Amino acid sequence: MDGVKDLLLLLIGSSLVSNVVLSQFLGLCPFLGVSRKTNTAAGMGSAVIFVITLASAVAGVIYKYVLQRFHVEYLRTIVFILVIAALVQFVEMFLRKAMPSLYEALGVYLPLITTNCAVLGVAITNVQKEYGILTGIVNGFATAVGFTIAIVILAGIREKLEYNDIPESFRGMPLVLLTAGLMAIAFCGFSGLL
Amino acid sequence: MNKAGERLYNGLVKENPTFVLMLGMCPTLAITTSAINGLGMGLTTMVVLALSNLIISLLRNIIPNRVRIPAFIVIIASFVTVVQLLLEAYLPFLNKALGVYIPLIVVNCIILGRAESYAYSNPPIPSLFDGVGMGLGFTFALTCIGAVRELLGAGELFGFGLMPDAYEPIRIFGQAPGAFFVLAALVAVQNYIKNVRKKAGKSYEKIGSGCSEDCMNCGDKNCAKRFYDAASASEVKQTETLQKKEER
Repeated sequence: MDGVKDLLLLLIGSSLVSNVVLSQFLGLCPFLGVSRKTNTAAGMGSAVIFVITLASAVAGVIYKYVLQRFHVEYLRTIVFILVIAALVQFVEMFLRKAMPSLYEALGVYLPLITTNCAVLGVAITNVQKEYGILTGIVNGFATAVGFTIAIVILAGIREKLEYNDIPESFRGMPLVLLTAGLMAIAFCGFSGLL
Repeated sequence: MNKAGERLYNGLVKENPTFVLMLGMCPTLAITTSAINGLGMGLTTMVVLALSNLIISLLRNIIPNRVRIPAFIVIIASFVTVVQLLLEAYLPFLNKALGVYIPLIVVNCIILGRAESYAYSNPPIPSLFDGVGMGLGFTFALTCIGAVRELLGAGELFGFGLMPDAYEPIRIFGQAPGAFFVLAALVAVQNYIKNVRKKAGKSYEKIGSGCSEDCMNCGDKNCAKRFYDAASASEVKQTETLQKKEER
């Protein structure tokens, strides 16, 4: 039971308390770039959940059974980035063949994810914190859920902001950054959860 | 030598990667809690950038066009690994402060961007100086942002107390939200200058300021600083050929 409790705590910790975008600044580019509309944000979010969960599983397995076995842990950065790039390609091909409807929904976002530093970030964090494979997968999933929550909320706020009269200099990026900053303050409140 | 100086000026001022191109935002926001962290991160990135630019430029006639992006990534990742090991050995405190962001230099848009847009089509020596110039520009920007945040958030600069004793540090600038606020203010100032110049009737070349998307994710096809035109075009071609195959 202790294991399950730990995993639940990790789930809350990674998704809300140390939110990947708002407190660790990983995956900022899609967070600021693809948050204009709520549906695209949700699409991006679900693609990220899918890829990060899969990538942390694959990276965990490769780290444990290949890199550690042959004592070449220092190659992890190279191996992980290649694995992630290949994985995204394969996922795209597989989805196109096997699940066209899901591909329709996620397809556009998949190529963008290779450059999302959150994917590599999670894989490396898992290794640095010495998580096991299952813990790593849970951590990856939770991180991605945190990303999705943040990007959907930001997109919702941005949709509302469209109707407001904003000082000229603050139009566009500055306002989005300010919104993100306020969201980060709000997410600081979650630190009392754990 | 003139060429080298021109590249340095270009990276530091004209195409400053942070203030002008708005590339590599993740490390910019994440590690600029203090000036020294910004300086360390900037210099680390500069080393990787300069060396990978040099090697890519030397290999530019050998790397086939079709697989150049993976080849770039492997070269960059190798240098990042080398730098990380060196930091672990000689500057462990910096390694600890920068943490996960050192391996993440691999996915820093600036490095891949310079490889694609400059090093792959230019001789080694200018490419090396292009890397150094861009790296110095990045270092300068990170140190500035770090200094502002450290001064406001802790009342110190490079660890020395500068503010009078009565100054109550605004802690939030040292934490996550402060990073967003400082950057927002910075971009707003830039926009203000841009608008003033526009009203004065001066032509203002679109330099991608206020554009936060990294170039690979950018939807603006007309942006002059798009690095990935060739890459995305080849991707489109690939998917087209794939679709044709499927139709058959």
